[in-house]
Amino acid sequence: MNMTIVEKILSRASGRSNLKPGDVVEPAIDLAMSHENGALVINQFLQIFEGTPLDPKVWDASKIAIIFDHRVPAESSKTASNQKKIREFVNRQFIDKFHDIRGDVGGICHQILPESGYVRPGCVVVGTDSHTTSHGALGAFSFGIGATEMASVWALGKALNVEVPPTIKVNVTGAFPTFVGPKDFILHLIGKISAQGANFRVIEYHGETIRDMTTSGRLVICNMSVEAGATSGIVPPDEETIRYLREEAGVQDSLDMVVPDAGANYDEVINIDVSKLEPQIACPHTVDNIKGIKDVSGTKIDQVVIGSCTNGRLDDLEMAARVIRGKKIARNIRMLVFPASGRIYSQALGKGLIGDFMTAGAVVMNPGCGPCLGIHEGALGDGEVALSTTNRNFKGRMGNPTAEVYLCSPVVAAASAVAGVITDPRKGVN
Amino acid sequence: MAKVIFTVGDDISTDIIYPGRYMATVLPEETPQFAFADNPDFNARLLSLKKNHQSVIVAGENFGCGSSREQAVSTLKGHEVIIVAKSIARIFLQNSVNLGLKIILAPDNEASEDDELEISQDRVLNTTTGKSFQVEPLPKSRREIIEAGGLISYTRARLLKDRSLQLSEIE
Repeated sequence: MNMTIVEKILSRASGRSNLKPGDVVEPAIDLAMSHENGALVINQFLQIFEGTPLDPKVWDASKIAIIFDHRVPAESSKTASNQKKIREFVNRQFIDKFHDIRGDVGGICHQILPESGYVRPGCVVVGTDSHTTSHGALGAFSFGIGATEMASVWALGKALNVEVPPTIKVNVTGAFPTFVGPKDFILHLIGKISAQGANFRVIEYHGETIRDMTTSGRLVICNMSVEAGATSGIVPPDEETIRYLREEAGVQDSLDMVVPDAGANYDEVINIDVSKLEPQIACPHTVDNIKGIKDVSGTKIDQVVIGSCTNGRLDDLEMAARVIRGKKIARNIRMLVFPASGRIYSQALGKGLIGDFMTAGAVVMNPGCGPCLGIHEGALGDGEVALSTTNRNFKGRMGNPTAEVYLCSPVVAAASAVAGVITDPRKGVN
Repeated sequence: MAKVIFTVGDDISTDIIYPGRYMATVLPEETPQFAFADNPDFNARLLSLKKNHQSVIVAGENFGCGSSREQAVSTLKGHEVIIVAKSIARIFLQNSVNLGLKIILAPDNEASEDDELEISQDRVLNTTTGKSFQVEPLPKSRREIIEAGGLISYTRARLLKDRSLQLSEIE
């Protein structure tokens, strides 16, 4: 039987052949990722062992990754105590893939996993974070779960009762116009199919545009696939995947290039040509409230955020710095920049990008989730408007239910910071 | 008979159910105070529920979309409310099953605040309006976990079974 890439991965991980959507499997897990919510996972994990004669030991410490990113450094004693509890657990259980609050190996989980070479094609990855969909960029089946489900994975090494999801095939063709890229494509797709258009399904990305896209761009589209409700986004691994893993992630061992079969059964096929796409903006308060930039340009903004697991990578910072270099951000605008990892921060420093941002008036923060989810730095005032390269604009998302968040690409964010209003970067910035 | 304490629209995110700034609070026994914290009216209605109440939150499509935070489920579970939604986002649905929050999928459901509902396995009868709505069964993979009383006890049973199998193989 011809299978989609996820059917194939699940088939191998569960030792079952000829899987079809709706079949229930128990895939072995290759990587189980948590961040600060690991504190809750630990609590649930210990409960599983309560009343049993068994020692509460994780099934395989080498397959667990814990990355601190949501509140770094801790904003409160409560968070600091949660982080301390996790640190103690990590030491007790001998978990090596632990990324503490550090300038060298710290950063956002969805950047640390790929750049550390923890994710490979054909793997099954779960994470207690909805944007775990990101790692489909490397050809893994990677999806978000809750803390109790993660506790179950820590105990058993497999995910229980996983239903094989149907797959949507998205064919992307055409070359991106200047100042238009992966973020605009994924916002366009979410607008087209809606915030629940891919609920309980996987999106498999194909086509020349995806083939020519770097892993950084693929991470953007897989990251935001969850905003259309998708269980995961996935790009079949190819030459670029190998290049990234070998050159950027330092992976030396052999790779298992699982690709979909020709003639696999797709639930739906969507074709998108990006050659005439304009910069896309997600307007408040849902990610599928998408408009072309001309419909919102001129909108007054108070805060610009560049960063997050969606758009805090080196190419994002380079694009933004190119627009802003030698200019000043507008009066009464705050611009916050969050490199996605310590490594990216260092690279940006080496290329002079950090200086470009600072000279323009931006504040460069330490790697982490920052203001994206309104729990740490960069909260919004009453009625304020943010333009952000992050992935969610839900009411209250940046810490204030009376504020508004617009989502865009790094280049739109940078051009708008200079102008003080939402600005089309193609029109030039004065 | 259950009563609708409030209704919400489509795409209600976990940020609305449990705002991010309370995420440092993780333990299920501590999360209920922050349910719908950005809506003081809804929050107050939940906090004022008396023991053994039968209360329902009626939701539209894609309830619980967004973040995987389990607090969004434990905060509602703590109030023992029932969720009747047209559809529910995947992670929220799984978290609800895992923690034992009662969720009912009724794709055509219509109800207003204060309506009285009679909920059975296959339909929601709105006794205030006299209308009845079909209930969509939960995915089959989830029903086993509900029957086991949640994922903690389901996993505990599996773990003991797996380990005794391993032991018997060694012997």
